[in-house]
Amino acid sequence: MRDCCNEFSRSALLRKAVAEAGSGLPGIEPGMPLPAGTGLDRRSFLARSVGLALAVYGAGALAPRVLDEGIAQALAAGGPDTVLVSIFLDGGADSLSLLFPHGDPEYRRLRPRLALPDSGLVFSEDPRLRWHPAAASFQTLHSEGKLSVLPAVGYTNADQSHFTSRHYWEVGATDPRLRTGWLGRYLDRVGTPDNPLQGVSLDGDLSPSLATAKVPIAALSGAADYSFSAPGVWGPVESRMLDAIGALGAPRSSDPALGTARAVTYQSHRLRQQLEPFDSDFGSPVAYPQSEDGFPNQLRGLAAMLAAGLPMHCIALSAYGMYDTHSDQPDRLAEGLKLTSDTLLAFQRDLEARGLANRVLTLVWSEFGRRAEENGSDGTDHGAAGIGFLMGSRVRGTMIGEFPGLNGGLDEDGNLKATVDYRSVYCSVLEQWLGTDAGPIVPGASSFARVPLLR
Amino acid sequence: MDTAGLPSLSSARKIPVFRGRFGPAEAERLLWRAGFGPRPGEAKKLAKKGLQGAVNSLTHPKRERLVGHAPVDDDRHAIAPLDAWGHDHLWWLDRMVRTSRPLVERMALVWHDWFATSNEGVGSQKLMLRQNRLLRRHALGSFEQLLLSVTRDPAMLLWLSGTDNEKGAPNENYGREMMELFTLGAGRGYTERDVREQARALTGFRNDWDDDVGPVNFRYDPSRHDPGLKRIFGRRGRFGWQDACRLSIRHPSHRSFFVSKLWSYFIPTPPSAATRRALEGLYTSNNYSVRPVVEAILKHPRLYTGPRMVKPPVVYLAGMLRATRRGIDTEAWTWLANQAGQQLFYPPNVSGWDDERWLDTASFLARWDIAGRVLRPVAQKTSDKAPLDAGKLLARALDFWGGPILTSATHRALKSFAAQAIADADRNWKKAQYPPLIENALRQLIAVSPDWQTS
Repeated sequence: MRDCCNEFSRSALLRKAVAEAGSGLPGIEPGMPLPAGTGLDRRSFLARSVGLALAVYGAGALAPRVLDEGIAQALAAGGPDTVLVSIFLDGGADSLSLLFPHGDPEYRRLRPRLALPDSGLVFSEDPRLRWHPAAASFQTLHSEGKLSVLPAVGYTNADQSHFTSRHYWEVGATDPRLRTGWLGRYLDRVGTPDNPLQGVSLDGDLSPSLATAKVPIAALSGAADYSFSAPGVWGPVESRMLDAIGALGAPRSSDPALGTARAVTYQSHRLRQQLEPFDSDFGSPVAYPQSEDGFPNQLRGLAAMLAAGLPMHCIALSAYGMYDTHSDQPDRLAEGLKLTSDTLLAFQRDLEARGLANRVLTLVWSEFGRRAEENGSDGTDHGAAGIGFLMGSRVRGTMIGEFPGLNGGLDEDGNLKATVDYRSVYCSVLEQWLGTDAGPIVPGASSFARVPLLR
Repeated sequence: MDTAGLPSLSSARKIPVFRGRFGPAEAERLLWRAGFGPRPGEAKKLAKKGLQGAVNSLTHPKRERLVGHAPVDDDRHAIAPLDAWGHDHLWWLDRMVRTSRPLVERMALVWHDWFATSNEGVGSQKLMLRQNRLLRRHALGSFEQLLLSVTRDPAMLLWLSGTDNEKGAPNENYGREMMELFTLGAGRGYTERDVREQARALTGFRNDWDDDVGPVNFRYDPSRHDPGLKRIFGRRGRFGWQDACRLSIRHPSHRSFFVSKLWSYFIPTPPSAATRRALEGLYTSNNYSVRPVVEAILKHPRLYTGPRMVKPPVVYLAGMLRATRRGIDTEAWTWLANQAGQQLFYPPNVSGWDDERWLDTASFLARWDIAGRVLRPVAQKTSDKAPLDAGKLLARALDFWGGPILTSATHRALKSFAAQAIADADRNWKKAQYPPLIENALRQLIAVSPDWQTS
């Protein structure tokens, strides 16, 4: 059964094709913008210095060895001070369910079937609102002051095409022709020409927000594979065997080739130990939700990679869930929100346990919100302003923009009006978190108000 | 003293010959350096021939016999080396595994690296295999004939723009590499003017294009040749492509280049000046014949008493298949060798593979996976009987690999692993079940040990 709209499926398919082929869009509809990064050259590449299989975009003619040395140098330099993680709720998440005006009769009138019962999950900053019952983890994060909520973020005259609106968010401008992502343009200014890990998509293919014009970026498909297994060996014997690799590599030798072979054997042993956390639960200081989906593993792996000092600066990935809930919204939304919010809480706890929490800021966004009035099929249609979050130990933890309410807060189409422009958020992130002038990165940056993000 | 022109015997007399005991250890090293390692029992058999007889059996082999079953893919179908991706690699690997003339095959590999041509630029497995036959045919013959044949070889003509090089529009690609990489060495006695003039001398080759087949009908077309006067290495003449080759071979820098480069494939440290000069004399007085030079190198004391060399990935792989008497039965050997850094017919560039950098953490994992893949079909099951004794298990695992001679450090590490794993067996069922697992692990660890990675 399919609950999303046709345009959503088509958009997802087309984008996947673009990302995989790295060039040209197949028969795209007139008027749809090309995603940022379309046409960037793509190369598979094994980053030997860190044992990761990557797809590298925009590296041009750079030899793998140069990229590898770039990564190794960045690794040696200790990695970046700040990390930005961009997490996308794909399909247009329903802000009016995520944080809903439970006491408002207008809400019950617009949503006779979908209005949620009082979850009891109070939103401390606005007594009108309650958290979705599946989003208790968001309430926990918010109550600890580690989650800033953007209850109505967007832009005026919101485009209601998944394709176009997502593109606007990705490029940081309402410009269908822009071909670089907002984070890509940032990386072009501050990045290095040889470290593709500076901008990493964890979704396995290019993330348009990260699409650069000059410097290389990369895609990593989930967990790194640097594990050693041998046929007919398991259990305690296997553990002993893995330790024995280190023992084989430990002795020194005056013979250069034997010395090299031993040194590499030992390095491989060490690298396996370092990358083990990306591979299994083992080594992760906190428990992540159990799921068939890769999302919890992606963030667990990310925390482990950051802890290992990998030179990753801007990271993009999609959250778990299908948020284009034209029908069957109650179950679909609850399912997506539960795993996504629980995973984000686990990620925050993981970063705290690893002493990394002060270095990481996570931005959660969606291409739009949904219509205030429900449709006739247990769902909602495309809206305008939607919900966003900033998560981290250094965020202010207070609302950015207010909830406009359903009386006077809706536009002529019955969609929520934005109380903060997403480009204000981008400019503020660039200047306050990444420490760079937003002017050259976000078109028309001076016309967007800055909002205080950090404590 | 210039030894050129002296009779070969006199040159040969100045080259030291190994006088130590030529036992199984020496025969084993010889088989790894001049071939693809021993089949079970082969080192002992070769040792009985003594050094002279052993080297002679390699440099003057009988007619080739292919031992074992013909190569098949994962579906047990005959491989399709001309068409299927990666089957070209399987085809040659099969020759390395089954041949009764290992040195001929090893020399073909030397020439593949020396005249490194990649199908990345050629785009035809058929033409690559045609070049491969050429390299094998000239394996131990005249280097002059080899160079002449390579110069007009279709794959090389495509790879280094030979058929783009025509009168009035010379292309310097081949002429430059012929001097820099194939015959003289960078900056060793030629000028930019020589490069331009060589390019003119090499004009005249062409081919047609067939939309179905690709490049066809390679030929020399006098009307595309620049017949004018050229000045190469200070000599004037209406030189053609054969002159270009012969002038390079007779250039005073060639013999030292040839001898040093050839030596480096067998012995990791350069020859003494006296040995090098004697080898040069042997080379020129035998009319640029490869065989006597290889023979002298294979008898040199440094090969047996000097430092080790890291085995190239395909040698490592072919050697394990020979040791276990396994034929080609999976396409995995192509991608595994690729991951280990050496896919046949795809050298990284025209200067060939970098023999100094075979081993790193990524290629170590690939070698581990190669070993595991070799061992998989013959892994011991838990129901198999094996002694609960570290020393005996190690002896059995060594025996499995044909009794390779290990350093004492490696021996200790392996034995200590086995002893610890046995100590873990605190119940009767474990005492029965662990030994075959330990034996499997020992086989794996021996195959990836620094000792086995080198020879």
